[in-house]
Amino acid sequence: MIKITEKPIDVQKVIDTASSLGAGAVNVFIGTVRNNANGKNVVWLEYEAYETMAVNEIRKIIDDASHRWPLLGWAVSHRIGTLKPGEVSVVVAVASPHRRESFEACQYIIDTLKANAPIWKKEVFEDGEEWVSARPAMAVN
Amino acid sequence: MKYKVKAFGVTKDILGGKEAVVELEGQTVAALRNQLFQKHPALQGLRSLLIAVNNTYAEDNQVISESDEIALIPPVSGG
Repeated sequence: MIKITEKPIDVQKVIDTASSLGAGAVNVFIGTVRNNANGKNVVWLEYEAYETMAVNEIRKIIDDASHRWPLLGWAVSHRIGTLKPGEVSVVVAVASPHRRESFEACQYIIDTLKANAPIWKKEVFEDGEEWVSARPAMAVN
Repeated sequence: MKYKVKAFGVTKDILGGKEAVVELEGQTVAALRNQLFQKHPALQGLRSLLIAVNNTYAEDNQVISESDEIALIPPVSGG
């Protein structure tokens, strides 16, 4: 299951979708909205996705992971729209026979999703807003 | 040629909308990006600007046609 949704993510449903009777491990990554960025308070985040391509890219990542680790089940759900601090923005769940491969596959999937999937977030502060990572960082020191 | 281009994230703000029509002589991804850089210099200030053709990241030398689904992909920040 790959889902891009405006509705709150049902974490248990993602886990259930990934689970398998042959699995000895289900590894779950839950990404949440942080209330601060660069020392400023984040009031909310705006997430946006190029949905059809995001689903394609996530499918490629899952295919790669399935070739590298013996996955028995998997599910990825990414939220879009307006999210407040503490809300769940993404859930990745993978099931495998043993725990080691579930940790490795789960980390690979979330890391690669963050690097490749066409999804963007804008941080909204009390005094302005900014698309995350869009521009080169200002030199500090 | 006239290409319809989808814009997301910061590129939507720079182009002033979710979609734009770009007219140019060339037929490659690189030519399209150069034309966009000329018309919207703020795009050059981004960390990167990838272009997707038909839902897949495209190489600079890829040939595009007017019927392709073309999208601007500024640095992604999902998760």
